[in-house]
Amino acid sequence: MIKNECSFTAEEKGRTLTVVVSGEIDHHGATALRRGIDTLIWEKAPQELRLVMAQVPLMDSSGLGFIMGRFRLITESGGSFVLVDPSAAVVKMLRLTGFDKKVRTERSTAALKN
Amino acid sequence: MPRQKRDVPHEEINKFVLVFPSLSVNEGAARAAAGAFIAQMDPTAGELADLKCAISEAVTNCIVHAYRDRLGRIRMTVHLYRDRSVLIEIKDNGSGIADVEKAREPLFTTDADGERSGMGFTVMETLTDRLTVISSPGRGTTVKLLKRLNERGRR
Repeated sequence: MIKNECSFTAEEKGRTLTVVVSGEIDHHGATALRRGIDTLIWEKAPQELRLVMAQVPLMDSSGLGFIMGRFRLITESGGSFVLVDPSAAVVKMLRLTGFDKKVRTERSTAALKN
Repeated sequence: MPRQKRDVPHEEINKFVLVFPSLSVNEGAARAAAGAFIAQMDPTAGELADLKCAISEAVTNCIVHAYRDRLGRIRMTVHLYRDRSVLIEIKDNGSGIADVEKAREPLFTTDADGERSGMGFTVMETLTDRLTVISSPGRGTTVKLLKRLNERGRR
């Protein structure tokens, strides 16, 4: 079975929008995620966007473009962007491109326990 | 192939060819198929992840750039060698790249809407031991990714 379907769930708490992404994020997956998440950002206009990326076993530079794009979208409108629990694949891609220095990353308590 | 090639370090022991249309849904299929084939070399999880990611970059380039406004054919060949190197060739007959050197520069992108990172070739280069790009405008591009797997074999 090819796990190439990206999906996400979202939760709004006050002005914070938390989006949990799962799946292999390539160009195909990023396109689908972008469509759904940007609609949500537009509707909710959050002050903070938290992107949870623990369940991402593979990510290529399209995934990086996806993160950068959402980062830009939210910061340009004065909001803040936080990357939560990035998987090893996500961390590797961020480091490789130097983007890890630009984006705020947090580890949730659940992730720290493991 | 010729008998004298038998003992050279790069003796090919297995080969896998996959031809598929440039649909983005096939990005995942291509890397999964290549990964399943390469698994017989007993790579580390990290090596396999690196190769799959590099393949994803190359296939995406075919879909997004080579066949930008049309559907074309992508041919992926995976060669396995006795010395534990893996060579992956990804070939398209699309638009080609006018200036390969420039295209390989980090952050170079033809994309205007800012959603592409321009890091595709940089990622391929970093995750493999050698990246070769052969391109001819109007005729297509072949990307070759070479990676030498660990010597330990089974862990």
